[in-house]
Amino acid sequence: MAGTWVIVEQKGGSIRKVTYEMLSEAKKWGDEVSAIVFGQGVEALAPEFAKFGADKVYVVEGDIFANYNTGAYVAQLAAMINEYQPNAIMFAHTFNGRDFASRLAQKLEAGLATDVIKASVSAGKGVFTRSIYAGKALAEVEVTTVPVLATIRAGVMELAESAGAGAVVKPAIAASAADVYQVVKDFIPSVSARPELTEADVVVSGGRGCKGPEGIKLVEQLADMLGAALGGSRASIDSGWLGHELQVGQTGKVVNPNLYIACGISGAIQHLAGMSSSKFIACINTDTEAPIFNVSDFGVVGDLFKVIPVVCSELKK
Amino acid sequence: MKVLVCVKQTFDTEAKIELKDGKISDAGINLIINPYDEVAVEGGIQLKEKGIAKEVVVVSAGSDKAMDAIRTALAMGADRGILVKQDTAADEYARACALAAVIKGESPDIVLAGHVAADDGSSQVPTRIAEILGMPHVNVITALEVAGGKATCTSEADGGTQVTEVSLPAVISSQVSWNEPRYPSMKGIMAAKKKPVSTVDSPAVANKVAIVSVALPPSKQAGIKIEDEAAVTGAKLADWMLNTVKVEVK
Repeated sequence: MAGTWVIVEQKGGSIRKVTYEMLSEAKKWGDEVSAIVFGQGVEALAPEFAKFGADKVYVVEGDIFANYNTGAYVAQLAAMINEYQPNAIMFAHTFNGRDFASRLAQKLEAGLATDVIKASVSAGKGVFTRSIYAGKALAEVEVTTVPVLATIRAGVMELAESAGAGAVVKPAIAASAADVYQVVKDFIPSVSARPELTEADVVVSGGRGCKGPEGIKLVEQLADMLGAALGGSRASIDSGWLGHELQVGQTGKVVNPNLYIACGISGAIQHLAGMSSSKFIACINTDTEAPIFNVSDFGVVGDLFKVIPVVCSELKK
Repeated sequence: MKVLVCVKQTFDTEAKIELKDGKISDAGINLIINPYDEVAVEGGIQLKEKGIAKEVVVVSAGSDKAMDAIRTALAMGADRGILVKQDTAADEYARACALAAVIKGESPDIVLAGHVAADDGSSQVPTRIAEILGMPHVNVITALEVAGGKATCTSEADGGTQVTEVSLPAVISSQVSWNEPRYPSMKGIMAAKKKPVSTVDSPAVANKVAIVSVALPPSKQAGIKIEDEAAVTGAKLADWMLNTVKVEVK
């Protein structure tokens, strides 16, 4: 048993940043680090992983791997684990990553720590910190099976470039079309040019205080000036001002950007759970007693309809 | 067609988490059906109302307390319940094994569940059940069409919406935005008391993940709070963003 594997998250050759975060983290564990990339025509990506310390890059190419599908990916990875016997495998905690990891874990009858925010792995012993109750508590768990499996939350592991050999390895293809049981009929990319909530450096969110689409427009204006992701509290989602995919909080997304700006959000406990781990928090709220002030580094008591335009014009200067 | 819905009993999402003897305390906590599972129950009942499903069976693994979650689902409109008695410390592997054992005996056409539980946030169990039963699965759905032995599922994926087709039987896990779960009516609550619920013991399965410790996150301290004319506060906020946070303006 040797080596740490990082499963690359990519779509059409565009690599998610969390992949590099996982490689940087794996490097700290002292074991050989390999990037595992599935796709079609993905060998050209190998030098990208070497920049973040990948000693090896396992390239799995073929028609059935062109887009993520659970059946073929799990069959292939399970065969590779059997052949190369890695110590630990990290996946991104994304729509595809958690699907992949969960089905693989069950196939191996193994444990899996999901949505990990801190890791400590050595000699096949993996201890992970996970946020539970959407961040209201933290659990330290040990995965007692090998390889140690975990899905890693985006934005929590520090990026660190280091040169790796990036030697390309082409494993035997063990999966076939018979392993594919999901047919992806369509993928409609979200129209927004804004970054995704879980990966953004800055998140600007609007809540009940936005009062309607006009208020949301102001929040969007501020978000776009900062290249930020747009989010919302449950109030603005339930009112239909924003889609559910933009909800931050216990039944939405947990975010941890460098800066979170809450506009017209009072800070219900479910919302605080989803954003309290942000590095910097600012808020604009008319109610001086709102709980959001208790977690804000910079709080403005005021009307977002008046304050946001000033902030935008000041930022422009 | 038979639909089986897995439900987990969780803390109310409004609950404040406190520790007692190094563990999460459930004293005074209101217990609910995991909100994601509640949506799955509603989805199952709607399949019955549309004439696609004949029976909706609700299964929960946990302590005797989980009976309340089953009764709530029955009051919403599910037909029958099964409580799988299992230690609440069961991990995702053990939980999936316990549920899958019962599901296998029921041979449903569709297994529904929430894609994640609001307490442990693991999002593993539905996918693990599918693997044990050798069924296809689709996660995080916001719409479902069932016809001709197939399910067409719309999922909230990263960066967009994905439409996936799978053959039945299949495991399908819901996003909270799939539907708006109904409140049980008084008539439904009365009817639920007479609906059959059986209790089975979970097979003995060892955990694969051990909890080392549980802690509360470091509490965030309140910082600067200002109240003045918007021209003043807006300028100060912009200044803090530029000079303390060092944001980049596009």
